[in-house]
Amino acid sequence: MTTNEYTIALAGNPNTGKSTLFNLLTGLRQHTGNWPGKTVVHAEGFFTYKDKQYKIIDLPGTYSLYSNSADEEVARDFIIFEKPDVTIVVLDATALERNLNLALQVLEMTNRVIVCVNLMDEAKKKGIRIDIAKLAKKLGVPVVPISARNEEGIDELLDTIDLMIRGAIQTKPIVIPYSRSIEEKIAKLLPLVKEIVGDKYPARWIALRLLDGDTSLLDALKQENHHSFKEVARYASNRSAKSV
Amino acid sequence: MAPTKFDRLSEAEPGERFRIEKLDIEGTMKRRLLDLGFVPGCEVTVLQKSPLGDPTAYKVSNTTIALRIEESSNIYGERIRDDNE
Repeated sequence: MTTNEYTIALAGNPNTGKSTLFNLLTGLRQHTGNWPGKTVVHAEGFFTYKDKQYKIIDLPGTYSLYSNSADEEVARDFIIFEKPDVTIVVLDATALERNLNLALQVLEMTNRVIVCVNLMDEAKKKGIRIDIAKLAKKLGVPVVPISARNEEGIDELLDTIDLMIRGAIQTKPIVIPYSRSIEEKIAKLLPLVKEIVGDKYPARWIALRLLDGDTSLLDALKQENHHSFKEVARYASNRSAKSV
Repeated sequence: MAPTKFDRLSEAEPGERFRIEKLDIEGTMKRRLLDLGFVPGCEVTVLQKSPLGDPTAYKVSNTTIALRIEESSNIYGERIRDDNE
């Protein structure tokens, strides 16, 4: 029997119940260690749903993917280079404003995203109401409300994962518009970036990172054997916005 | 805009609220502060100072974050005293 294993990445801010969800999905079928060469905990687990095998990676909890701490680099590199079949962004329903920062960053990187609003029970207690359908419409990806602690919403989440793997869900992640001067620079960089990375990486996102002067991403890309990338880097560094 | 018109976040006392106007910080630290919620237009509450006066804890969009004076003295905005209301 040939088994196809699908990879799921779990991203989210610290204290959003990401690991509760991870434990719930994998039970004891998990192991932890460190990411190669980093003192950042790597946790992966396995589960089966509707005859499909899944490997799920619990990424480090971060507020962002751009501040370039070891945690954030691990999470960023996994999403960009390992290209998980689905990335689940876990949000804290009681602090959506803060949590959506990371969600928007992930949506710029990949369109295979499911947003999972956790701690719905907590939000209810605090009198916070969340219009899930509207959120899904605005973000352009499925949004599933859950309470990992009470094991609520997990079936819907698993079904959504299954549908996305089968290609039954078309997503259209929100495209964040930037100021005119930045958009003009993106437009100039895009063809060059596309020429070099092709469809391998999200070109608009790479252009944005270059404009931001993200040297850590450049280093990571070079390690992935993109020698020609230096060309674009040189171009970008001549044109990069001083402060965005 | 000249930052001198504004107060520094580091000047705000525990219990006060503060509306952020501008971050006079560059690079990854600026990025980090923005990611943590210290965004222009947003209101933070000063919770308490540590025993030696630094760092200070702030409430920012529902989470407690402590900053050192190095950072908080470069965050400019408006102190909102309760007697202003």
